[in-house]
Order: sequence, then structure tokens, then C-alpha cells
Amino acid sequence: MRVALFITCVNDTLFPGTGKAVVSLLRRLGCEVDFPAAQTCCGQMHVNTGYRTEGVRLARHFTEVFAGYDAVVAPSGSCAAMVREQYPKLARPGSRGAAAIEEVAPKVYELSEFLIDVLKVDDVGAYFPHRVTYHPTCHSLRGLRLGDRPLRLLRNVRGLELVPLPGAEECCGFGGTFAVKNPAISAAMGADKTRNILDTGAEVLCAADNSCLMHIGGTLGRQRAGVRAMHLAEILASTEEAR
Amino acid sequence: MSATFLGMPGNFPKNSEKAVQNSQLRFNLRKATHTIRGKRASVVGELPDWQELRAAGKAIKDHTLRNLDRYLLQLEDAVTTAGGAVHWARDAAEANRIVTELVKATGEREVVKVKSMATQEIGLNEALAQHGITAYETDLAELIVQLGDDFPSHILVPAIHRNRSEIREIFLDKMPGVSADLTDDPPALTEAARLHLRERFLRSKVAISGANFMVAESGTLVVLESEGNGRMCLSLPETLISVVGIEKLLPSWRDLEVFLQLLPRSSTGERMNPYTSMWTGAVEGQDFHLVLLDNGRTDVLADEVGRQALRCIRCSACLNVCPVYERAGGHAYGSVYPGPIGAILTPQLRGMSSELDASLPYASSLCGACYEVCPVAIDIPEVLVDLRAKAPHAAAEKAGMKVAGWVLDDHERLAKAQRAASRLRKVVPRRLPGPLSAWTDTRDVPEIPEEPFRDWWKRTGGGASEEAE
Repeated sequence: MRVALFITCVNDTLFPGTGKAVVSLLRRLGCEVDFPAAQTCCGQMHVNTGYRTEGVRLARHFTEVFAGYDAVVAPSGSCAAMVREQYPKLARPGSRGAAAIEEVAPKVYELSEFLIDVLKVDDVGAYFPHRVTYHPTCHSLRGLRLGDRPLRLLRNVRGLELVPLPGAEECCGFGGTFAVKNPAISAAMGADKTRNILDTGAEVLCAADNSCLMHIGGTLGRQRAGVRAMHLAEILASTEEAR
Repeated sequence: MSATFLGMPGNFPKNSEKAVQNSQLRFNLRKATHTIRGKRASVVGELPDWQELRAAGKAIKDHTLRNLDRYLLQLEDAVTTAGGAVHWARDAAEANRIVTELVKATGEREVVKVKSMATQEIGLNEALAQHGITAYETDLAELIVQLGDDFPSHILVPAIHRNRSEIREIFLDKMPGVSADLTDDPPALTEAARLHLRERFLRSKVAISGANFMVAESGTLVVLESEGNGRMCLSLPETLISVVGIEKLLPSWRDLEVFLQLLPRSSTGERMNPYTSMWTGAVEGQDFHLVLLDNGRTDVLADEVGRQALRCIRCSACLNVCPVYERAGGHAYGSVYPGPIGAILTPQLRGMSSELDASLPYASSLCGACYEVCPVAIDIPEVLVDLRAKAPHAAAEKAGMKVAGWVLDDHERLAKAQRAASRLRKVVPRRLPGPLSAWTDTRDVPEIPEEPFRDWWKRTGGGASEEAE
């Protein structure tokens, strides 16, 4: 099985640690990934902000870069949802673009989907002795319908104390460019999300999307709350030897 | 007299910036929306076939919209046969003119109103006032809004932004004949409203209503309500005028079976609302006039993506789950239709030439909670994204997005930009410039890494050389 890693532009630029964690985790599970260097971005920011032409160009590029792989792993619920849910709507039915999308899109998996549905593991042999609470992120929850996949993975991490997050299903307030176009509401939503997180007494806030984590973590940081925001991949990659 | 939304200033970000700091509003909204979310979830959870009902609701509405011309004519026929008169209003001005003439013809200068979003959409009360006709709202929340000279802020519970002590103040100030020792106890407030309204019901000869549904097959109009003021207004006066959007049509009586299950559970979180009134044409001794309102709806119908907004049955479930509405409140949207449905309907009905209307498709984080609860499965995020593509874009933003697109188009260009950022990692200012300052106003920025992932991959062979150590 030829597996490619879609690192995503946010992770590539700001959170390479998440990418390294995915590579190391999958290697530990016996799965080597390719990193096609020509990859850039799924186009979500442009499409969702109303710049369809640029977004479609990026989508086309994506389908070209990842053609021919059996699976594409993306450590981002929103990017995986963009490809699987929104790409089919971007191309004219019957066009070459539509065919390319039909070929690639179903093969794109968010990390927890790949682990559970493709590699068929829910215990990745991780060790992470901290109290953790998990925020499901909107694309993961309502777009991809990840369900309890991430929680199953976290529950099998040795030493990890998982505590439920109140109001988990409420949006954190990131919303892409929403965070800067409607900053007051974004901040208000972030304030409520961080309050719920602090109420759990958790040391770590975990999610499957660094874009949301950037917003929640940035808000926690500004509050000097002392709670760390970590991507799911980095917790799952954690072992006694490598933390 | 309740004020009009036509020509509201501001834009959503500015309006919501103010609203978000209003602690009374935030408290009211949070309490009300969280309570009703729970109620809705509970009664919806009781039905094992909720998803099938949703699908049926969507299918019936889509079919009706596809054949709207046929069903409207069938409705007109049925209503006329049953003794009612049907009038067609292309836009707000025409609708207001028709209603004003109808009221004038009765010689009355006072009308009672059943809650109707459509009449607020067209600014009917203000139009009547210009001709010396006073319209009295009889729905308790609309009464509060009217007496308070205010705007409605929610589709179903227009006075949600008011608490009981504010309502008491408004009654003491503006309600004729109210007792000076009125408390803010809800039963006391309700009783004061009842006594006040009872007088109006018994006095008024003309009523104006909207309708939740119109059945083409039989010519029947349907109003679902909680308080009974609708029943009073529909049955007591000698003249009844109903102003109804053309999208409220259903083909047959049997279709009500689906919608009478979908609507109460989605709106008030009840298995059934207290009063459902149905009338076909005119009853003996009463004149009935139906004013069919277009006001932009056929334009919406023409839009392949946007037309799904016309399925809306005005339940407000989307408002009640929206994290943005919960914190901004309805006034920030500058429209009688706020919240998620407002963000897709208002720009389609009014266009996006005003700063306010152009900002509405962006009043959303695209979380999708609205789509999940919509009883007729309107994919609100899909329409929002489509409207964003059609909205006017500010030159500065357009330029920024073009540059970003150019960088992201080519991986070498992207890598160069990433390395440049990495070189500057130690000098990232606490406050980012331009529009990005909106980020750093309330959040820290993440640390820029020493090298982007793609360079690490290249340098270490995907970590192989690191792990070999």
C-alpha cells in the first residue's frame, strides 16, 4: 500500500512537530509514508473566504500531487473534510477535474480514521502520563463524523487520564479567516472554550486540528493559563523512550 | 411603533463587537439558547424516525419550490372558491399598498396583528402608520418589542434580549392602564399583558396575520402559536388580511403530517404547540384577504445553491444552536431574519450592496451546527460559502489573498516564504500588523519553527537519518 503524507500548509509552516510525530508513529506501526514535495495546500482558506478561483487552482494541484496513492494521511480534520466533502462540489460534473477528484478524494484520511479504519489499530502503544481533555473540532465532528475514533485511541494511551470536556461540541471560534474577520465573536467563543477546558483541570488540551489548536492554544497562552495545546499525533507518537 | 430594519447601518463585525460586551444580553442569550437546545434535543430524540421526517420535509419543500407556479395558482383557485380574495404583491411597496387600501376600505384606523415575520420584513406597521393606521402587536414578545420601540432580535422569541425587569419597566412606562405596583414576576407580567390585549381583541375589527403554511389543495392557511393571540385575531375580527411569503406553500393537506411534527419540536422544543389554527377562505361574516408576497423570493428561487434557503419553516432551531448568534444577538445582523438562516436569506433577498448585507455571509465560523438541526436540511454552510464567492471583496483583502494564493501555488515559492519566516522567528512582534492585529489583540501567536516540515523531511530523509543515531 502506497501511503502519502499530506502535511497541510499550517503544519508544514508552523507545526512541523506534528508531521514528525505522524511519520514516527506510522513508522512504529510498520507504515512508511511518502512525502511528495510538490504538495502545498488544500485550498480551504481561499474557497471558504470566497476566492473560489484560487481555491480551485489549489484543489487541482492537490489532485495532481496525490494521484496514484492508495491512501493519503492528513493530520487535520478540516483539510481532510475539505478534500472529501467540498472538492466534489468544485468541479463541473463529468469534467476531467471531477474525475480526478473522484479518484483522489475518497483516499484522503484524517489521522485517526487512517489508524482505526485502515491500519485497524486502536492501541498504538503510546505512553503519555498526563491529564488530557479532547476537543472534537467541527469538521471532525460534523464533516468527517469521526465519532469516538480519537477517544478510543486516547483511552488506550498508557498513563493518560482522559477527562470529558463540557460543551465539547461547541465551536472553538477559529473558523479560518473568521478569526480575524469577526475577531470579537471569535474571542468570545475562545473565551468560553478555554473556560470549559480549565474547568476540567486538564494539563493538556488535545485536538486533531492545529488550526483550531492555534486559536485555543493562543487564547490559553494569552491568559497564561498554563495548559498545553497538543495535536493528537504528538500524544500518540509519545512513548516511554521518546517524549 | 416598532422601528424598521430597512437601511440599517454598520456591519456585522462592528455591531457584534458592541453586543459581545453587553453582559445582560450575553446572559439572556446564553440562558435561553442553552435551555431550548436541551429541550429540542430531548423531544427530537424521542422520535426514532426524525431523520426520515427531515428528509420528507426537505423533499416536499423542494418539490413545491420546483412547481411553485402551479401550486400558487391552485392555491389562488382554492382560496377564491372558499370565499377569500387573493392579491399578488411583487415587492414590499406593493404589499404595503395593498394592505393599506384593504384596511382603509373598512374605515378602521386600528388593526391587531398576529406575529408575522413577513410583515416585519416589509415594514408594514410603519407603512400603515404613515396613513394614520395603528397596528397593535398581540404576540407577547412582539408587544414587548413594540412598546419598547425596539427591534425584534429572534425569529421565534423576538424579545429574547429583554429580561423580566426590563419588561416590567417597559410595561410601566408604555402600557396604558397598567397597575403601578406591577412586579417582574412572570405570571404578573403575563396577566398584565392579557388584560391589555383582551381589550384590543374585543375592540378590533381588522386583523393582520402571516401564516406558517398554506395548503394549495384546499386553500387552507395554518398558524402555529403558543399564546392564543393568533386564535383571537383570526376568529374575532370582521376582516382578516394574511400576508404570506410564496415559499410557505405545501401541496396537500397530508403534507401537514410531516411539518406539524417537524416545526414544534424544532422551534419551542415541544411535542406540539398549544394552538394550531387553520382556516379555509372566509368564514361567514368575515372578509378574508390573502396577500401573496414575493419581495425577492423568486430571485432566490433562481439560484441553484441559494434556493434551499426557501425551504425554511422559520423554526429558529439554527439560531438556538449557533455559537455566533448566542454571542452577538439578533440586532447585530440588522435584519428581521438574524442568525444562520438570516445570514443566507437576508443577502439573497436584499442583495449585498450594503456593507451590512455583504458582511452577513461571513458572520459564521462554518461550524455546521445549524445544518445539523435544520428540520428541512438546509445546508447553511454550503450557501454561506457560495454567497462569500459572490460577495464584494475589499481591495486590500483581495490583494492579500492573491499573494497567498500565488505563494501556495508553487512548492518552491512556499518553501522560500517559509524559510524567510523561520529566519525572522526571533523578531515576531507581539502585535501583528494590519488585519492580523485582530489575531494578536486576544491571542498569542505560535512560535515559528526553525525549519518547515518539508525542509526537515529533505534534510533527514523523513527522519530516517535522525532515527539511525
